[in-house]
Amino acid sequence: MSEIEDSNDENTVREEEAVENDEFEPVQVFPESEEMDLRPGSDDCYKCSTCDTNCPVAQVDDEFPGPKFQGPEQWRLKRKEDHDIDDSVMSCSNCMRCDDACPSDVPLSQMHNTARGEYVESQMEKLSQEYIRNRILANYRTMAELGSKVPRLTNFVMGLGVTKLFNEKVLGITSEREFPDFAEETFREWWSDRGGPKVRSEDKRVAYFHGCYSNYNTPKVGKAMVRVFESFGYEVVVPKQRCSGTPMFANGMLEDAKRAAGINVENFSGLIEEGYDVIASCTSCSMSLRQEYPELFSFDGTASVAAHTYEALEYLRLHEDLEAALEAGEVEAGNFAYHAPCHARNQGLAGQPVELFESLDGATAEDVGPSCSGISGTYGWKEEKYDASMQIGAEMFDHMEEAEGEVGMTECPTCAMQMEHGTGYEIRHPLEVLEAALVE
Amino acid sequence: MAIEDDVTVVGGGLAGLTTALSAARAGAQVRLLSHKDSTLRSASGLVDVLGYRPESAAEATAPIVDPFEAISDLPESHPYSKVGESGVRDALALFDEVVGDAYQGSHTDRNALLATHGGEVKPTARYPASAAAGLTSDTREALLVGFETVVDFDAPLVASHLESSGVPFDVRGATVRFPGDFRADAKLTRLADALDSDERVEVREETGSAGYAESLPARQALAEVVKPHLDGAERVGFPALLGQHDPAEVRASLESELGAAVFEVPMGPPSLPGMRLEGKLLGACREAGVRMTTGNPVVGYETAGGTDDDGDRIAAVRVERNGAAIPFHAEQFVLATGGLVGKGIDSNRSGVREPIFDCYVPHPDDRYDWFAAEAFGEHPFARFGVETDDDMRVLDAGGESDFSNLRAAGAVLGGFDFAATKSGAGVSLATGRAAGLAAAREVSE
Repeated sequence: MSEIEDSNDENTVREEEAVENDEFEPVQVFPESEEMDLRPGSDDCYKCSTCDTNCPVAQVDDEFPGPKFQGPEQWRLKRKEDHDIDDSVMSCSNCMRCDDACPSDVPLSQMHNTARGEYVESQMEKLSQEYIRNRILANYRTMAELGSKVPRLTNFVMGLGVTKLFNEKVLGITSEREFPDFAEETFREWWSDRGGPKVRSEDKRVAYFHGCYSNYNTPKVGKAMVRVFESFGYEVVVPKQRCSGTPMFANGMLEDAKRAAGINVENFSGLIEEGYDVIASCTSCSMSLRQEYPELFSFDGTASVAAHTYEALEYLRLHEDLEAALEAGEVEAGNFAYHAPCHARNQGLAGQPVELFESLDGATAEDVGPSCSGISGTYGWKEEKYDASMQIGAEMFDHMEEAEGEVGMTECPTCAMQMEHGTGYEIRHPLEVLEAALVE
Repeated sequence: MAIEDDVTVVGGGLAGLTTALSAARAGAQVRLLSHKDSTLRSASGLVDVLGYRPESAAEATAPIVDPFEAISDLPESHPYSKVGESGVRDALALFDEVVGDAYQGSHTDRNALLATHGGEVKPTARYPASAAAGLTSDTREALLVGFETVVDFDAPLVASHLESSGVPFDVRGATVRFPGDFRADAKLTRLADALDSDERVEVREETGSAGYAESLPARQALAEVVKPHLDGAERVGFPALLGQHDPAEVRASLESELGAAVFEVPMGPPSLPGMRLEGKLLGACREAGVRMTTGNPVVGYETAGGTDDDGDRIAAVRVERNGAAIPFHAEQFVLATGGLVGKGIDSNRSGVREPIFDCYVPHPDDRYDWFAAEAFGEHPFARFGVETDDDMRVLDAGGESDFSNLRAAGAVLGGFDFAATKSGAGVSLATGRAAGLAAAREVSE
């Protein structure tokens, strides 16, 4: 946010006008800061505490002081050198619902990300179980890359009771959850076997950010994305990419995130110059490229990637007559119990399938309400957070059971895990339904 | 080729929600764009129609008894003159239907008098059922109970304020500790949830060195804490935190434990009565098929472009999203972005403007004429806002409609001081309904 807002900062405009009109000379009170300065955002907080009432963690965890403390208050405290960052920042799940609640546009999640990064960097014991566990969880891609080389063996080993016991006792990863299966063929393997793009176009070009999950675990989502976009005449390219950084931000592993983001920005910003827009099928990936990158990093091209990244359905709605196409289509999919991920909500994308399926015969999506699913990526995988994660999710589970459909739907892979874990429902991605409706 | 609806409403507060609901019920496909979650979370939950006459607002003389009767006396500039008394009545009927028995006040045209959390007496047309036993026209003796950690409500101070303003009942205030091991900065919603679910809380016997602890259901534990202070009071008032989802049941339990009527005193943000009202209105909008898109601000617009004929019609509003502009197309648009506080009206050293469509906002050229010298004087800035015709269409400086398909509703409208006249909610409801119906009517034509 900082970069984009700085470029058209209202204060700059005001100062110039003021000098012209009133010979008013503003005094620079604070020295130019070399590091990220969130003070203006912090000063925008007028302590209404609305963010606290929207925080799913504060609702179930009485030890958690809430986003107002983690954001503006902690920001002030940590400006003084004699104050450590409170370790409760590690209990923030980075759902970002506080951002949506704030009537004063305080960059709460940005403050949380920087505080958490600083905490992990300077206060967390690097040999502790927590650090090692978090580092492993945050770097899911590294684990997945290894595991997916021998998917059947990995799936077998990960499912073993002894593995789960080890994970829980030694690493602090809950044994309550089933590890997601690795696909026998990754999305990228499929893509290269297929010989890359089947459609070439000069003016309709998208670069697909598949993220880790649709590459290693649910390649059917990636394939659906490619086929749907190709059916609309888009040239799809799949550049080399790293993790979007979402799990790294949430675990305060900012150096890891910076490395991954640097590679992603470099690989995608070049394509943007050639007329490609960036498409993500995971709403946390698009959130990361759009908002967290410009808030936290300043590589060349960061702002350009942020401005050119879209979620898949959003992009089609903006550039194609998707509703007409769906009206002509037909599926036998039935009713879905749809959960809007928090990160979709923050991008203004909540409920897209609900709206779109209104024009599609044979599929409806029923919104199961605005609550958080509770898993928040790696959060619900932590042994000590599992119970809170399930308590947060309880409202969504109830609403799913009340909904007519017996199949769940969401755009976020970890929300999908939680939905399945809490209800036993099979969970689909909206792109899979679009593929069934639009692609022969 | 785009996201397209019949009517797009910009703003998610009381005015925007009422506009969207009215247009959708009239048959239009409506989208509501809201930068953030609804500002109703900051609203007290009281619904004012008209509390004071504008000419006497600065002196805060006698409150208006019958707001409907007083509407015809308002100056031409007040937004009520666009909708008339019947427009206000119809809007309140819509409100009453949406909120059902969660609200009271519809049995009479007369204003009710309620105590605020600052200890003032406020005239209002509709009030949450949870506040009903707290009417200051009621003569029953009252006990106000505050909590050590809920610092926005100082019960003894509120009680003495009320006494000195001459309320017709005896009132006392007591500050107690909310039962249970909650953190000192426990969220209001956390305390409300504890009462909703009646979860068991630890209650310690604080006297005596040995001390013992027992666990009680939260409502009973709260009643036990209050009982020693009751001393014959016939009603007990608490800051508004008595349950988030089921306030009627929480109140009933407390009433039977205490043997006295129980009421909530509406509070500032975060406001549970405001959140409950938000829930009712959002539910009604959802049921009427309103599409809601929240999370990013509307920053500009597009006209149909090209031809001069279409230059006065808005084709789309643009939502800013991390450097990208996302267009939302519609046939009709309604601006319900709030006033100076809600950021619907913006000012800098050189002037006052409406930031999305750059609508005309009448204001003195010299900014030293924007405000009065006295803190509680009649500030011109309190009346800043856009002007409309009788069909709620926004007007330019020459009194012509700015864009033929742009209307405005709520606090973004100028010509009235909602805070001094206590007419903010009524204006939002009445102009929101009028703008929504007009927009839907044009779509169907």
